[in-house]
Amino acid sequence: MSAMLLISVVMGIAGAATPILIAALGELVVEKSGVLNLGVEGMMLIGAVTAFAVSVHTGSPALGCLAAMLAAALSSLIFAVLTLTLTANQVATGLALTIFGTGVSALAGAPYVGITTTRLGSIFPQALAEDPWLRVLFGHSPLVYLGLILTFGVWWFLARTRTGLVLRAVGEGDEAAHSIGYPVLKIRYLAILFGGAMAGLGGSYFSLVLTPMWAERLTAGRGWIAIALVVFASWRPAWVLAGAYLFGAVITLELQSKAAGFNAFAPEFLSSLPYLATIVVLAVISAGRRSAKTRAPACLGRPFRASA
Amino acid sequence: MFEITRRRLLTTAGSLATVSAFGLPARAQGKDKVKAAFVYVGPVGDYGYSFAHDQGRKFLEEKLGDKVETSFVENVAEGPDAERVIRQLAQGGNDVVFATSFGFMNPTLKVAKQFPDVKFEHATGYMTAPNMAAYNSRFYQGRAVLGTIAGMMSKSGKGGYVASFPIPEVVMGIDAFTLAARKVNPNFTTQVVWVSSWYDPAKEADAAKALLDQGVDVITQHTDSPAPLQAAEQRGAIAFGQAWDMSSFAPNAHMTAIVDHWGPYYVQEVQKLLDGTWESHDVWLGMQEDVLEMAPFNPKMPDDVKAAAQKIVDETKAGTYEIFTGPIKDQKGELKAKDGERIPDADLLKLDWYVEGVNA
Amino acid sequence: MLLAAPLVAVALTLAAGAILFTLLGYDGAGAVRSIFVTPLFDPYRWQDLLVKAAPLALIATGLSIGFRANVWNIGAEGQYVLGGLAATDVALLTHEMEGAWILPAMVLAGILGGMAWAAVPAALRTRLGVSEILTSLMLNYVAIQLLYYLMRGPWKDPMGFNFPQTVLFSASQTLPMAVPGTLIHWGVPLAAILALAVWFAVGRTVAGFQIRVVGLAPDAARYGGFRERATVWLALLAGGGFAGLAGALEASGPFGQMVPAFPTGYGYTAIIVAFLGRLNALGILVAAMVLALTYVGGESAQTAIGLPAAAVGVFQAMLLFFLLAADVLVRYRVARSAAHGAVTPAAASAPAGGSAAEPAASKRRQPVEAA
Repeated sequence: MSAMLLISVVMGIAGAATPILIAALGELVVEKSGVLNLGVEGMMLIGAVTAFAVSVHTGSPALGCLAAMLAAALSSLIFAVLTLTLTANQVATGLALTIFGTGVSALAGAPYVGITTTRLGSIFPQALAEDPWLRVLFGHSPLVYLGLILTFGVWWFLARTRTGLVLRAVGEGDEAAHSIGYPVLKIRYLAILFGGAMAGLGGSYFSLVLTPMWAERLTAGRGWIAIALVVFASWRPAWVLAGAYLFGAVITLELQSKAAGFNAFAPEFLSSLPYLATIVVLAVISAGRRSAKTRAPACLGRPFRASA
Repeated sequence: MFEITRRRLLTTAGSLATVSAFGLPARAQGKDKVKAAFVYVGPVGDYGYSFAHDQGRKFLEEKLGDKVETSFVENVAEGPDAERVIRQLAQGGNDVVFATSFGFMNPTLKVAKQFPDVKFEHATGYMTAPNMAAYNSRFYQGRAVLGTIAGMMSKSGKGGYVASFPIPEVVMGIDAFTLAARKVNPNFTTQVVWVSSWYDPAKEADAAKALLDQGVDVITQHTDSPAPLQAAEQRGAIAFGQAWDMSSFAPNAHMTAIVDHWGPYYVQEVQKLLDGTWESHDVWLGMQEDVLEMAPFNPKMPDDVKAAAQKIVDETKAGTYEIFTGPIKDQKGELKAKDGERIPDADLLKLDWYVEGVNA
Repeated sequence: MLLAAPLVAVALTLAAGAILFTLLGYDGAGAVRSIFVTPLFDPYRWQDLLVKAAPLALIATGLSIGFRANVWNIGAEGQYVLGGLAATDVALLTHEMEGAWILPAMVLAGILGGMAWAAVPAALRTRLGVSEILTSLMLNYVAIQLLYYLMRGPWKDPMGFNFPQTVLFSASQTLPMAVPGTLIHWGVPLAAILALAVWFAVGRTVAGFQIRVVGLAPDAARYGGFRERATVWLALLAGGGFAGLAGALEASGPFGQMVPAFPTGYGYTAIIVAFLGRLNALGILVAAMVLALTYVGGESAQTAIGLPAAAVGVFQAMLLFFLLAADVLVRYRVARSAAHGAVTPAAASAPAGGSAAEPAASKRRQPVEAA
């Protein structure tokens, strides 16, 4: 493999990994607070369509990203009210949110079909971003770097800040956290809103970076991969990063090997590889999972009612 | 919500196995107004295959004005769902129902037998009945134009093909593209990447990028989203639109596009109903009938390439150019068509082998 | 009281839908009328509704068994596909044969196929503690690729012009109509009978009691000596078996062959049906009809008032949102009025007992310890 090709492959992996990484980091915070939100795919679609529409009208993709975060966070508020205030079942509410996001984004996006907008540009000078060698460092979309920064940020927040500690405490034992006076519902509301904003940002990657356009179901199921990734990573930010890049690598190498003329396997087998790989890695990790650190938040998916 | 469930298996087929059903042939009887309904497999917002059919419906409304009333149902899954929708449309007083995806064939046939007074038109299939016609487009004619442009403009002599599923129509397109490209550059090769989906923008874009990384400098596609075009635009390669003029997505990369121009056919069929002259038929139309058009050539295309591409279009329209004319060898070098011999339509419609120069 | 929440949810959905679509520039009231009302006054549409509702009710019935035990099988779509494929396999092997045994063999193969696909997440959860939510979901994608592979290659109709689909099934392989002259095949009454049978079984048998107890209070279940591992297996195999059965019935009935478009999202929609029906067999039958109504009515609305297909999804989501909200409000009242009586499901499913409840919840994603 030539050096140029290697650089291209690395860039391909980073591109395929980033939207899943960002959405998964949001979901990780949500799950750490003890809530399971299966609506990621729907929120990503809402983010994608909002980002595109705002970018078209304002000419600013950056503004589009911000709007995507806002819109997706608003949609996650529906989920938060239902599951937190009304203690509805989280699995069902999350699924409903995905159906809702798919439908609403298709309705709202109808006027934007068939047009394009400015791609979210590089933050580095063109000379650096387009240099055949240096592009491996400077040629990525700003969201790629943001994904890395967010990984560190989420780790730092959960491991090193007081609020992060409280959030984890809420996820591990809501009754106990409540009894020492932590605002369980408030923390979870904020976590869900953060998760929504991250899903929206991840969605904006599709409509502003990968393919600057809008079409129905643009994210094509990536939101589900993001949810899988959180479990795959045993709720650890660094592992989410590793998992996202691994997933990006499986997708990129699948296509690269096909593009290089390697066709010993049926295309359907290669297409199912990312999913099979996820199952295998989940099994391997679970089999070796012994330490308390790698466990799911104790209250995950369980409704909390401030009683007593 | 889960994208993978509803993909049309757009296919093409022809006139060989005509299935006759009972039900009397329609009596010739004119109408003042025709109610026409359309069934689409994707959303009209796909900006690809279903979008193109809906543009045909709008063309029909525009041309015939208040002599026609149209409606459509989008996102219809092939199988029992399609049967239900088609039956509902037949019961709803429509004079003709256009079922626009291959997978609607058996459902359409079933309903056609139950409603002998309603006319049915099915796209890209091979079954007909006294009140059910089949129509299809020779998409491969456009592929020959794309191949000619690719062969002339590619510096590396390598083209990349982002493809969905290896069904006859897709195979036909790959072969026509490669045959045409090798006529102008005998060393041209086509690398195919199967993405196993009709619509997955992220995967289509990544596939195009992978092909570009491997040294191809022309991207063409048989999937529905403009994502591969946008990837080519970003890398400075050339590419072609699918089903509709997609130049707005890639003003520099987009050389031309195969435009599915169903409108004139829809007008013709509805006019026949108005006149009372409709009869069941099985047609495989192409550039000659204006069902297939090339989008305007990109001004950046060199003049000699424009001229060569236009020549293919003109000769195809005149009936003097047919890409599937021998000598044609398959991947193994075996001669499939002798010099001057034309592969018959019947064989094309079930094509499952690749010509020399294809790596699939 | 149990009926109040769904009725309130439907009413709110109709009202909110009318307002929302009016704001979006469509005929909101017309949308509601043509989706939810018009089809009910058309006998043909009733046939469509029953045929569309049957697989939804079957799959949801199977899923409800698992959901009661807190086993989250999101993989019914893949299990449905495998059921259809297993039935098709039998059909292709028996294509030259005739006999009354063929159809039952196809149905049996379908059930086993669905169970086999569901056994993977069951084994992974009970042996390694892998969340069944994700493994069952991932297997959906794999099942569809398997279907594509079989359609493109090994199972392709040799006379079918290389189109990716199988031959049409023969008469002995086709599900007969339950009501001659209509579209109502035997899968429709079968779905109703099985839903009622499960309703009876869960309410009256030891296995059913075990499932309910494991779902409501895993701790108590352990004290009671119930085997959680066995319950996970039972829940997933039931879900897979029902989904596989639905797949076999759809393949041999309405489809009459196997095609790449076989998966139409029933496995996902059935999850909504299960919740809308409150995990209760009778409720599921009604919920399946309501969901079928959104599809069938949604198609009418497209032709009648040009409402986009995406609107159906929005209506379905609102229905579920409102139901979940209304459900809780109603449950609150039940819980409060029963405060001095027996433990209610509401109280049990939202444990308020401090640390005692914690291990129970932590079991959700954890390796199942030896029984």
